[in-house]
Amino acid sequence: MTTDPRSQAAPGLQGARCSGCSVTVYPADDACPRCGGPAAPVALPGTGTLWTWTVQRYAPKSPPYQPPPGGFVPFALGYVELGDVRVAAVLDVDDLDDVRIGMPLSVTAGPGVPRARPTTPGEEDS
Amino acid sequence: MSGTDVLICGAGRTPFGRSEATGRQLAIAAVNAALADAGIGWSRVGAAFGGSDSAGLADTLVAQLGLSGLPFVNVKNGCATGGSALVSAVNAIRSGMADVVLAVGFDKHPRGAFDPRPEDWGLGAEYGSDGLMVTTQFFGMKIRRYMHDHGITPRTLALVAEKAYRNGVLTPGAWRRKALSAGEILESGMVSDPLTRYMFCSPGAGAAALVLCSPEAARAMDGQPVTLRSAAVRTRRFGSFEVFSPWIPGGALTSVSRDASAAAFEEAGLGPGDVDVCQLQDTESGAEVMHMAECGFCEDGEQERLVASGATGIGGTLPVNTDGGCIANGEPIGASGLRQVYEVVQQLRGRSGEHQVPGDPRIGFTHVYGAPGVSACTVLSR
Repeated sequence: MTTDPRSQAAPGLQGARCSGCSVTVYPADDACPRCGGPAAPVALPGTGTLWTWTVQRYAPKSPPYQPPPGGFVPFALGYVELGDVRVAAVLDVDDLDDVRIGMPLSVTAGPGVPRARPTTPGEEDS
Repeated sequence: MSGTDVLICGAGRTPFGRSEATGRQLAIAAVNAALADAGIGWSRVGAAFGGSDSAGLADTLVAQLGLSGLPFVNVKNGCATGGSALVSAVNAIRSGMADVVLAVGFDKHPRGAFDPRPEDWGLGAEYGSDGLMVTTQFFGMKIRRYMHDHGITPRTLALVAEKAYRNGVLTPGAWRRKALSAGEILESGMVSDPLTRYMFCSPGAGAAALVLCSPEAARAMDGQPVTLRSAAVRTRRFGSFEVFSPWIPGGALTSVSRDASAAAFEEAGLGPGDVDVCQLQDTESGAEVMHMAECGFCEDGEQERLVASGATGIGGTLPVNTDGGCIANGEPIGASGLRQVYEVVQQLRGRSGEHQVPGDPRIGFTHVYGAPGVSACTVLSR
């Protein structure tokens, strides 16, 4: 069963976990990429830490890229460790110079790709 | 190597870079150079394998090479196109399909980064519209984590590119033939942090071709054959980190380059310590650093000391990318793998001129890696 993460009312990401080998995948898929067995939907943790990152310094080719209304500005992106899965996300940070491996991030599903922002105090257990 | 030895009796390449010529015209030039090197005509070739990623079908080359009726198989395998053509040529000789076989790879790409479509990769349209379908992001993120885990510094990335341009200056067919200092490379502008503009190769045009022979066929030729000890192609296993991945599994990463290189060494009955000259996929500086370890030439983190000491230079203990690699030659996807083999063949023959590795190298190694997690490696000896 495939679930479109954008259809979820909850802000977290929807993945899937294989019942055979316990592999978690994102986005949710009905088959495990490791063993081919059935996978069931599972909610991924809402917070995690930054595993790696880069900055997109130039405007990607359009199409497929659709720049925001104000035009392209460099943005950070990376992989956030959410339990035992690392998810690609755009990083919504105030200052690109503040991005560090290991920084705590909150990840939400949106209309587009997953987005992550620095975790505020009190969010860590969400 | 199991089965019959396979010899490379002819090798040819065109200049790489921007070209007025079509990809097919470049391929014809490389094939004719390889045939001349082997001292044979097209009619002697019994089977052919080749391809490009975006410059046309290899089997149409017969219209210019000669309508001899030979079987000509198109190969389209991304960055492993050349390697897969080579493996197919080896198997054709071993199986007795033919005793003289051609492998050819060529390409010609437009300026700028590649622009893949998310639907071709099984991804949602949002990965394209939100700006995550950019190959350079992957390279930046993979080396960023590697630097964090293994203590590699930006200066090492710059020294790898500096060496590539230095070797390019000495290689007549290279595209980038102007020396650049590590300082200039570090200051050339960030593309995908921590990688700067001059640390990257550019998509370009070029072609390379090889004539492979059985030992009996080689004996009838005048050239100076090199033995292809092994050729291996692998695709990724679960747990690898690849371009355009919405997610990757936690835990230690697997590596298709590690798998393909180990298979090539095992088949050859040799190890990384035996290699006198090697060509490693250097899409950008970080790739060369990581592939040194993934292909077994050093431990993770050792590159910091090895690169600074000059070990990977032409006069060093482990010369890497002696023709300037992809950074100095550019990346025509279908051609790069066979360009590497061409370079090692010439090195083992002692014919590399100004960029010849001293001390009569005997064993060579080549490695390509690319999307979506494919690697091809060869071991060669004279």
